[in-house]
This record gives sequence, structure tokens and C-alpha cells, in this order.
Amino acid sequence: MSSWPSAQEAKVLGKRVTRLSGVDKVTGRAKYTYDIRLPGLLYGKILRCPYASAKILSVDTSKAEALPGVRAVVVVDENKTCRFVGDEVAAVAATSTDIAEDAIRLIEVEYDIGNYVVDEQTSMKPGAPKVHEDRENVRPGGVNEQGSIDDAFAEAAVTLEATYSTQVQTHMCLETHGHVVEWDGESMTVWASTQAVFGVRGSLADHFELPADQVRVITEHMGGGFGSKFGPGVEGVLAARLAKEAEAPVKLMLDRKEEFLAVGNRPSAIAEIRAAASKDGRLLAMDMKTYGTGGASGGAGFPLPYVYTVNNRRRQHSDVFINAGNARAMRAPGHPQASFIMESMMDELAYELGMDPLEFRRRNDPNEVRQGQYTVGAREIGWHRRNRNPREMKGTLRRGIGMGCGLWGGGGGKGTQARCTIHSDGTVEVVTGTQDLGTGIRTAIAIVAAEGLGLAPEQIHVRIGDSQPGLPSGGSGGSTTTASVTPVIKTAVDKARVQLLQWVAEEMEVEATALTVGDGKIFLADDLSRNLSWKEATSLLGTDMIVTEGEWDSNLRQSGVAGVQFAEVEVDLQTGQIQPIRIVAVQDCGLVVNRLTAESQVYSGVIQGLSWALLEDRIMDPSTGLMINPDMEYYKVTGSLDMPDIQVIMYDTHRKVTGLGEPPVIPTAGAIANAVFNATGLRFRSIPITPDKVLTAYKEANA
Amino acid sequence: MKTFEYITPETIDEALELLGEGAQILAGGTDLLGEMKRGLATPKRLINLKGIQGLADIRSIPDGFLTIGSLATLSHLAEHPLVAQHYPLLIEALQRTASPQIRNIATVGGNLCQRPRCWYYRHSAFPCIRKHGEGCFAMGGQDRYHAIFGGHRCFIVHPSDLAPALMALDAEVRIAHADDSRIVPLTDFFVGPRDSLTQENILTRQEILTAIRIPVPPDNAYGTYLKVSERKATDFALASVAVSIAWLDTQVTHARVVLGGVAPVPWRVKQVEEMLIGDELSGKRIERACERAVDDATPLRHNRYKVALVKGLLRKALHAAHRSREKGEK
Ligand SMILES: Cc1cc2nc3c(=O)[nH]c(=O)nc-3n(C[C@H](O)[C@H](O)[C@H](O)COP(=O)(O)OP(=O)(O)OC[C@H]3O[C@@H](n4cnc5c(N)ncnc54)[C@H](O)[C@@H]3O)c2cc1C
Repeated sequence: MSSWPSAQEAKVLGKRVTRLSGVDKVTGRAKYTYDIRLPGLLYGKILRCPYASAKILSVDTSKAEALPGVRAVVVVDENKTCRFVGDEVAAVAATSTDIAEDAIRLIEVEYDIGNYVVDEQTSMKPGAPKVHEDRENVRPGGVNEQGSIDDAFAEAAVTLEATYSTQVQTHMCLETHGHVVEWDGESMTVWASTQAVFGVRGSLADHFELPADQVRVITEHMGGGFGSKFGPGVEGVLAARLAKEAEAPVKLMLDRKEEFLAVGNRPSAIAEIRAAASKDGRLLAMDMKTYGTGGASGGAGFPLPYVYTVNNRRRQHSDVFINAGNARAMRAPGHPQASFIMESMMDELAYELGMDPLEFRRRNDPNEVRQGQYTVGAREIGWHRRNRNPREMKGTLRRGIGMGCGLWGGGGGKGTQARCTIHSDGTVEVVTGTQDLGTGIRTAIAIVAAEGLGLAPEQIHVRIGDSQPGLPSGGSGGSTTTASVTPVIKTAVDKARVQLLQWVAEEMEVEATALTVGDGKIFLADDLSRNLSWKEATSLLGTDMIVTEGEWDSNLRQSGVAGVQFAEVEVDLQTGQIQPIRIVAVQDCGLVVNRLTAESQVYSGVIQGLSWALLEDRIMDPSTGLMINPDMEYYKVTGSLDMPDIQVIMYDTHRKVTGLGEPPVIPTAGAIANAVFNATGLRFRSIPITPDKVLTAYKEANA
Repeated sequence: MKTFEYITPETIDEALELLGEGAQILAGGTDLLGEMKRGLATPKRLINLKGIQGLADIRSIPDGFLTIGSLATLSHLAEHPLVAQHYPLLIEALQRTASPQIRNIATVGGNLCQRPRCWYYRHSAFPCIRKHGEGCFAMGGQDRYHAIFGGHRCFIVHPSDLAPALMALDAEVRIAHADDSRIVPLTDFFVGPRDSLTQENILTRQEILTAIRIPVPPDNAYGTYLKVSERKATDFALASVAVSIAWLDTQVTHARVVLGGVAPVPWRVKQVEEMLIGDELSGKRIERACERAVDDATPLRHNRYKVALVKGLLRKALHAAHRSREKGEK
């Protein structure tokens, strides 16, 4: 069992280290899947169903095949039933994207067009068109019950009955989904924009019934996944089929519209809640009926009552099917929804009770870490400045403060293999099959190796994002990458150091245990003047080299993080605009490997949460079943001018590695909605809170 | 693949000769290329105006007008010293237009001639009336961004930020035609759905917008442009207001009030202008003006908020005007 160096001992661990790939990325030298060009490369394009519900009767590809420049046409499934606009039907590979686009228009598909439903409310009504022939549109889960709701309500000082809801959010990866596939006989090389190199390898090997080592997957750099890029997807399989059929490499990258329609989203959430609290601020009971839609697939669950203790509760959750693109995991699946719902409800109850909303949370939150974070966050935002009577504020430009909470796991786990090699010329190579989703694992690996060998991170050659070396690692999901990978790197590096010190000890005629590393040297701990430079030391290897394998050490990581965010907003009641002024994010994180990228995860979480709270919305047209805004003009994402001042406070509670990618997105929306209430006395139980809603609510409140 | 001819004439006359059925003018292309990619515009011939000498010039001319060549970019206009001196209102409008990258490419003429941004119109799968299709999908559909004034079988809003601002400055446009050229007040340039369901201005296929002229504003004039959009940059107006006001002592002698983002054309509210002239700009009068501005609004199902928004914006603009006059007095 090993442990991480203490903060005093650490040389680079926990410092601010710029990304090793940073310069390559900003200069355009970094090659993403999108940038891959191969000799003879063909371009793929997918034909997608234009109807929200349609059974394919026949597909005639002959005209497309006859078009000059078309090299392959494949059909997904001749008998497929398409359940949303954008469902895949067929694909074409051609010598240019333009020809491929022309070709898909030449494919003749006969559909049996069915009825459809694209919103949860209509879908739940009796007699609504069925999304799946063999299933009801509402899939109710069991009823979970504990304690006695009725007794609790009988003794309550305040009760609340409200419906909260959150909208569908799409991932908005800057690099769209896509692959470049090249076959060589029965082997294929796949450049994939993925967050799971080995996941893609496994899926493609299964699909084509190949031994896994005949599929090589490469993801040197990728432009975001947020949970939507764990496998090859239909589009990856189509790319591979096209490449096989055409006997030429094929590049198939989706366009922005396809991103919105077909490759995942965060499901909606609707919660009808009855809640009760006691005079002394105990959350006594919650009676919950919840729904959500993950499109034509399920998976719209979310945890309630989330972070708080409620002894008397009843909940039934139902997944609702609609004819829209399927959900995929998205940054902290279920949690932002849960947090918005609970934090809004907690806030409402606190005001009903006439209690400080922060104090009300304190009394119902069993988590010690958050109890500490409440104090820090409240101090930083200036919680005492909040409005005591939000409904009685005057003026049209109003400021208010609100807060929200979150939790996450992120402990990582087994499944990574890594190798550390020290060459006699001093080169250090660290290899593993993980991928850099954008969180900066490449740099984190270099930091851990540099710390263990007394070098600088830039001196470490990190090789990741390739399945070829045969050193698997898990998908980057659940905020587990850093916590899963770094322990294995550390053990590999520690072993390598021990071996190197052995060589040096023999040379210097001392005990290996008396030696230590640092500043690019190996020296005698008791007499710093007796040392060898790194290169002198490694040259002792001669024609040899040190090769070590890492192993899992669960003592180096820990699961479970808490987070609290406070927001201050300004609301203009004449224009309905909400300007976030400041957000304080107090984020529990365990051992910070790279402070720079750790903080940047928190910034990005806050920004994505903010964007969801105030703007993003997938808008469906009930009469046609089409998504109205499948573009970045009307699916609005916050820009730089919309940003508040964001203050990140890393609340390190222990020295074991814990994941951080997802949790910072969780508390933001609730904190913002509560700040809007504190500013205006207007309660928004659904997001996004756009100017039209603010103006409408203000008008109603003053009617 | 749609192929087309691409020609760069060197004179307006040459360009005019190239016009005709299937031909379309290309200026900065920030709007047109988007339309072509979505199959909304399918020109057979693109006439690129960027080869024409002097068409991007911005000049003051002796008779007191500022003349802006239609090919001047929005950035160029925003940075022009004469604009800063006489028309700060224009700068406010330009700074709230699109994004710096787009302003570096987009032209003044293109901005006035840009096509609607209605999400049904822009979506290739909705065969709406403005695309010679069936009807208006916003009616009974998702209409929150649509018109509260002047709609008729089609409820687009005019997307330009520059147009209301120029209109509040009494701008005129010069239109070239093979036979003659004419000067038209900007107020007569735009065309609502009662007059055309497929065209937003009076230009025929044979014409080119060559310049915009703005008179020197009256003495003591104050102008401002306020815009509300859901996102600060790269977003079109939910509503905007351009106001230009001049005084003699405390009495308003000149008033222009033009609304953006709320009607199929930049929406000049003459009834408000008339009630402002000849009196002081008191708080009460401002309130009455705001009410008056939305008198004839006919909101759809989800855009009633625009009524409150127009009032809020106009109130802000008129109060700002009032404050500026008081400051000027001191
Ligand atoms: C992301 C984005 C955000 C935007 N946000 C805003 C905004 O906030 N506010 C705003 O006002 N605008 C906004 N716009 C629109 C933008 O201002 C226009 O696209 C631009 O001004 C058009 O100018 P252009 O020179 O690129 O025109 P082009 O695209 O070249 O042409 C536009 C149209 O006008 C015609 N045309 C061009 N010049 C002439 C001429 N001289 N005579 C006759 N016809 C002509 C063309 O044939 C074409 O139909 C935005 C655009 C984008 C893409």
C-alpha cells in the first residue's frame, strides 16, 4: 500500500501545470479525428429518417450507387422502424462530401409513416400515439416508500405542493461525433472522437466478429464528449461498413444538426412534489411523482431527495417515451436535474418557514464536508447581503443571492494497465490506453511520473489514446479517469525508480534506500553533494532499460465529493434579462493533481450549468415532430460576454485522488434560480429562465 | 451539389447587366452562404460586388450628408470618425450586432437586405409561405420570437439592428438600376407581408443597393439604441429600440422612434413621435409614450412578453434622452 507525497514534499503534484498539448492545440498542430487525412480517403454521409415515426418498407440505393464518385452504399436495416427524426437509415461513401450528400438524396426509401408524439405531457395522455408498438409510453417504476407521509404532514408547520421541471439539454461537443476507418485485410484502424478508446475497440470487434487485437483505435486528441461518446455508435459502425465495402478509408463526421438530433442528450425531468417541514426546520416528508423523457429510449431517472435526509417519503418515477433522439449519459447524469428540483424546493420551504435558506439546508444535510463548505461559500459571496424579504423589493434592477448543492462519486477503479520505461538515454515513457477527454489526463500522468522520478512534467513522454500497445484503460465517464489512471501510473513509476536507484546504488557504492530523487538528479539523502544527474544515472543502464508495469492501488484514491455553489444575479425587470454577477463554487476534490486543470473543470461545470439554467433548450414542434432549433443560432449556449465572475475554491479534504469532471455542473442551475427569487420574489420552477418568462411572471405578479 | 457561376464585375453597370433571373448579389456572404447551405437560396449566378471600386467608401459630402457605400463593412462603419462624431446611436447598434468576426465581413448593404431569421423559415424541412410554401408555422406553433406588430399570414421579424438605427436618423438608400438610379427614404425601403410574402424590401431582381445617405442630425440631437437578446453577443434582438430626439430649450422639437425585432419591418412608431414633439420629456409623458407605442400590438400565443419589453426599452431610452438633456444644460 502506498500513499501520495504530502503537500510539503510534493514538487509538481498539485501545482499549476499547463497542458502538455496546449501549444499544439492552440497552434492547430494537434490532430483531431476531424483532421485525419489519408491517401484515397472517402467521405461518408448518413441518410436520416425525416419522419418522427416511420417503418421502412423498402430502400432502393441503385440511383445513389450509379452516381459517379460514389464508392459504397450501405443500409442500416431494411426492416427498421425509425422512432425519431434523424434516425439512421443508410449511408454513402464518396470521393467528396458534396457527392456523398447528393447520393443520399438519391436513395429512395418507402416509409409507412406513423403517428408520433414529441412532448412528455401529450405522450402520457391516454390514447397518445405509441412510440413503441409493444410498450406503453409511460414505463412506471416501483413505488418507494419509507416512514409515514400522512403522519408527517399532520405535524408539519409548513407544506408545499409544486411541480418542478428541467428541459432536455444536448451535449454540444465542439468536435462532432465521427470516425475515420481504414481496413487492412481483416484488421482495421479507427481514428475515433471518443471518450473510450477500448470501448470503441470492443464494440467494433464484436460487431465485425474480429479478435480485439485486429482493431486499433486511436484518439490522440478529441473535442469533447460529456458522456455522449462511449462507443462507436451507429455512425461508427456505418463508417467501418462503408470502408470495408469501398475497400478504401472512410471519414464520417457528423454535422451540427445530426449532433442535435441523434447522438444523445440529457433527459428532461418533471417532479410533482408535496413536501412538509417542521417549525424548527426539519424536512419531514416528501411525496414525489416524477417523470422524464430520454426520447425513444429510457434512462430518465434522477436521484431524489438527493443530498438531504427525509425520513418519510414516497416516490414513483416513470420514464416517458417520445419520438425524439435518445438520451445518453451527460455530465453527472441525473444530478443537475435532482439538484435544481431539490434546491428550489428547499429554498421555497425555507422562505415559507421564515428561516435563512442556508440554515434550513444545514439542518437537513448530513454531510460534514458540505457543512464546512456552507461556511466558506457564504463568507465568499457575502450571504449576509441577501434580501430578507424578496417579495417586497423595489425598483426594476434587482440583485439577489442564492445557493445550491451537489454530490458525486468519482472514486475510479480497476481496469487500467500502464507501463513505465526508462531508457538509457534518459527518456521516460509512460504508456496507457486512456484518452484525454479534455480534462487533461495526459498532463496529470506526466505530473505523477515527474513527481515519482524527480523530473519535470515536460520530460515525460506520455503515450495515450491508442489501443495498439495493448494496455487497456476504462472509458472516461463518471469522473473516474484521474482516480483510475493515476494510481496505476504511480505504482509503475515507483517500481521504475526503485530499480534505477538500485543501479545508482551499485555505482555509488551506497544502499539504494539511502538515495533519493529530485531536480533531475539522484542523490544521497544525507549528503546532497554526492549525486548523479538523471542522464548520468540512466546511462548506467547501458544496453538495458527499465520496464515496469503499474498495478491498481485502491488506497491512492477515494470516492465521494460534495460541492456547494452560491450565485449572485442582477435581474432587469424592464427587459427580463438575468445577468449572473458572481458565482462562488466550493468544490470538494481530494488530492489535486494539477491545480490548473482541476480549476478549469470547475469553471467549465459552472459555465455549462449556467448555460442550461438560462438558455439551452431543445425545442420540438408538436405538429411535425421536428426539432425546431437544431443549430447553434437558436439552440443557445452562453458566450463569453454572458459570463459572471467565477470564483473557484478547491476544498481539499484528503490526499487521495477523486474525480472532478462532472460534479461542478450540478449545483449551478439551482443556485441561479434561487438567486433570481432572492432578487425579485419571482419563483421559477422550470428552466431555462429566459427573458420572456421573467417578463411574463413579473407581469402576473403585479396584475 | 448545386453548381453556380461566380462573377466579380468591376463596375456597377457591369453588375447590373449581369443581374436577372437566377442571379443573386454576394456582398460579405455571411447571410447568403448560410442560406445556400440550407438550400434556401439556390442562385445560378453569384455576382460578387467586392471587385467594384469605391463601393465600400464612407464619405461626408458637401451637402451635409454622410454617404456609406453599401459594401462598407459593419466594423469599418463603427470605427469611422464621422460616425463617432455625429451618430453615436449607430455605433451602439453596430456594437450589438452579431459578433466582431461577423462585423468584419458583413456589409451595410447586406445587413439591410438580409433575409429573415425565423426558425421555421431557416429550417429546411418547413415549407413555409416565405419559401413559396403552405403557410406560417409560427401561427399556432413556437412563436416566441415572432412579430407583435404588422404580421399578416407571416410573422417574421426584421432581424437587422442597423436598420432601425438608420431609420431613426432619417437615412435614405440609393438604388441603382440599368435605366436610372433613385433615392428612397429608408422608411419606404422595407416591405411587410401585406405587400409581399416572399420579399422584405422593394428591390427588384434588376436592382442593387449602392449607398446609404444620412443627413446631419439636428442641433442638440440625442440618439440611443437599446437591444435585448437572450445572449449578449451573436444573438438577434427579442426587441430593440432606436430613438433620436432633439430639443429647443426643454421642448422636444424632433423625435424618431423605431422598434426592431418586433415586426416584419423596422417598426417606426409615428404616433409616439408626434406625441413627444412640442412638449417636455416628463416622466408622465414617457409613460404615456410607452403605452402608446404598444397600442396596436397583436401578440401571438407566446410573445406577449414583447409588449412589456418594448415598453421597458422605450422607457429606458427616453429616460436616457431626458437625462442627457439635463446634463447638457448644466
Ligand atoms: C451568427 C450570426 C449572428 C448575427 N447577428 C446579427 C445581429 O445581432 N444583428 C444584425 O443586425 N444582424 C445579425 N446577423 C446578420 C448579419 O448582420 C448579416 O448576415 C450581414 O449583415 C449580411 O451582410 P453580408 O454583407 O454578409 O450580406 P450577404 O450575405 O452577402 O447578403 C445578404 C443578402 O443581401 C443581398 N445583398 C447584399 N448586398 C446587396 C446589395 N448591395 N444590393 C442588393 N442586395 C444585396 C444578398 O443577395 C443576400 O440576399 C447575424 C448573422 C449571423 C451569421
